[in-house]
Amino acid sequence: MKRTLFNLFALLIVLSLALTACGGKATPAPTEAPVVVPATEAPVPATEAPVVVVEKTITIGFTASQTGAQEVSSKRQVNGFNLWMNQVNEAGGLTLSDGTVVKFAAQSYDDESTKERVQELYTRLITEDNADFLISPYSSGLTAAAAVIAEQNGKLMITTGAADDDTYKQGYTGVFQLYTPGSLYFTSTVDMLKTLDPAAKIAIVNESDKFSTAVVGGLKPYAEAAGFEIVLEEAYASDTADFGPIINKIVDSGATVVLGGGHYPDGSTFARQLYERKVGIQFIGILVAPPDSKFSELGDAALGVTGPSQWEGKATHTEEEANALGIEWFGPSGAEFSAAFEAAYGDKPTYHAAGGYAAGLLLEKAIRNADSVDSEAVKAALDAMNLFTFYGGIKFDTSAEAHGLQIGHSMVVIQWQKNDAGELVREVIWPADVATKPAIFPIVVP
Amino acid sequence: MQQISLLLASLPDGILLGFVYGVAAMGLTLIWGVMNVINLSHGPIISLGMFGTYLIFIKLGINPYLGLFIVAPVGLLLGILIYTVAVHRVINAPHLSSLLATFSVNMIIIGLGTAFFTTSPFNVDFNMGSVTLGSTTLLGTRLIAALAAVIVTGGLYLFLYRTRPGKNIRAVANNRAAAELMGIPSSRILALSFGLGTMLAAISGALIATFFPFSILSGGGYELKSFVIGVLGGLGNPIGALVGGLVLGILEAIIPAFLETSWVPVIEFGLFILVLLVRPNGLFGAKQ
Repeated sequence: MKRTLFNLFALLIVLSLALTACGGKATPAPTEAPVVVPATEAPVPATEAPVVVVEKTITIGFTASQTGAQEVSSKRQVNGFNLWMNQVNEAGGLTLSDGTVVKFAAQSYDDESTKERVQELYTRLITEDNADFLISPYSSGLTAAAAVIAEQNGKLMITTGAADDDTYKQGYTGVFQLYTPGSLYFTSTVDMLKTLDPAAKIAIVNESDKFSTAVVGGLKPYAEAAGFEIVLEEAYASDTADFGPIINKIVDSGATVVLGGGHYPDGSTFARQLYERKVGIQFIGILVAPPDSKFSELGDAALGVTGPSQWEGKATHTEEEANALGIEWFGPSGAEFSAAFEAAYGDKPTYHAAGGYAAGLLLEKAIRNADSVDSEAVKAALDAMNLFTFYGGIKFDTSAEAHGLQIGHSMVVIQWQKNDAGELVREVIWPADVATKPAIFPIVVP
Repeated sequence: MQQISLLLASLPDGILLGFVYGVAAMGLTLIWGVMNVINLSHGPIISLGMFGTYLIFIKLGINPYLGLFIVAPVGLLLGILIYTVAVHRVINAPHLSSLLATFSVNMIIIGLGTAFFTTSPFNVDFNMGSVTLGSTTLLGTRLIAALAAVIVTGGLYLFLYRTRPGKNIRAVANNRAAAELMGIPSSRILALSFGLGTMLAAISGALIATFFPFSILSGGGYELKSFVIGVLGGLGNPIGALVGGLVLGILEAIIPAFLETSWVPVIEFGLFILVLLVRPNGLFGAKQ
């Protein structure tokens, strides 16, 4: 009886935990209460003639992964967005041609890094909180779940931290992507590898999630077209902790280059174990984790690891670059953004933070161009957008096949190197015209 | 041939990891074997063990292996506290009550852990070098963890079979009413058993933290493995749990040599259900 009971309970628990694991990492909800960032009160400007100033507060809804697997990158993204919102509100908001002053308030919940919570909470943001516009959660998987809800309810959503291509190929018309699509993430890295070692043998080892699969889907044909041999393709579960067997496979394949990873937890674990086993890999390119400043906590294991980055403070885009391209410039310079971010959060901004800020900047510009907060007018403005900011180019595919897909933004490649003081620092190593340091190749493992 | 060389390269890693899985599972099966309680706070306690290593090494600068001498008694006391506060009152109630009680403790620990440590991954940058034997690289941290796991298992075995409190635990596990009639203070023994189970979970977490990054949520995965090992190895049998851990560790090491890594959980849990169907007493039988 006792044995049967244990077995029954164990079976139930294993099944439920396994099911939970399939849906992402579930955590208890710390709070159901919305996190409201109120719009700051701005003084009504004194005028000579009696002018009626209509102030309108626009609610922007989004979920943040305050807990769970996406916490690290999501928090940075939200910090970036909040910085933009506070700056706009403190500057008195946006003034439309009819005199309406538009201010912004954020309505946000913890999605616990799970799709189920995302769909529940975006429904709540739309139906109960009456959000006017939506920003995506962080990560492609969560964004795909949110985008369905946004589209079903006719809400406009700007996605940031969501690079997977597929979401924009579902026939949606109100979802606009800020990031370079996942399928193009490693193209810069492959271009660089052609100059470093055209005979490199590549092992592709990636997390088996939506984003990483999209990245690999673009990487493989691009690398093969560039003449590289792909000697191993291996996908791993998101919660993988022991990469030992996979690293043995990499060694066995004769690979000299490893490209892949997924998100922060698995990417940092993978990098650490590659270092510990000293397997003689000459070049490591990992998604998401290396561009995060937290990656330096790996110590020497971080040295030499590269990663594609949507934006880097050391190679920020400039107004001169926009003028040379004949594209309209908008917003602060990269230095201004970085300084404001550091002042607000005491940390240098990563590309996730820049993406959060740029999402707000994009919405602001669309409202300015539309001269309205009407959803349809803003959507038309986004469709027509061809913009350059410190974050880089922003332009959307407007075809029926891939509406909202980002086509104007390019990425850089960073590598962790040591500065003269022996401290680990992120350096931009590609494209060559914006590189701050040459690439360390091959990696020397002490 | 390629698969064989891969298998040989991965097998030692799986064995070393299996010893640590075994210690985690021992904690769970000990508690069930003695008091019929499924401890759903097992996972978060493993996480707390991980943070114990982190705090001891990063904040206090103490060697993580010496830190085990701090983690173990703290784990024991924490277990006794959890038993006294949450489990003792429902020990004779239907199983659902104790299940809910330990689940509540699970939620409380995760909630507090999230508040203190967030759910961001932490990393203990501790390196004990490595040994290369042919195509195999053995990490020093895993070798020492496996050795520590064997010592802990041996210690537990000696405690249960060679000491009076250990014999009392076995007596209570066999027949609580009879043990009480013999003058054994069953409440204290149950508290001690729960404390020992918690201590083992904390030790396994402390060892895992020396080679894997972790967060407050990481323990859940090891709790899951502990259930599988509990069924494989047999309840209340420390040696069975250790061997069950080894079986799981070896499976995790050798499956990727033949199949994609994503097949590992499918085969693990398939085996789990198979054992439940054909040998419900575990591969080594229950022992009390």
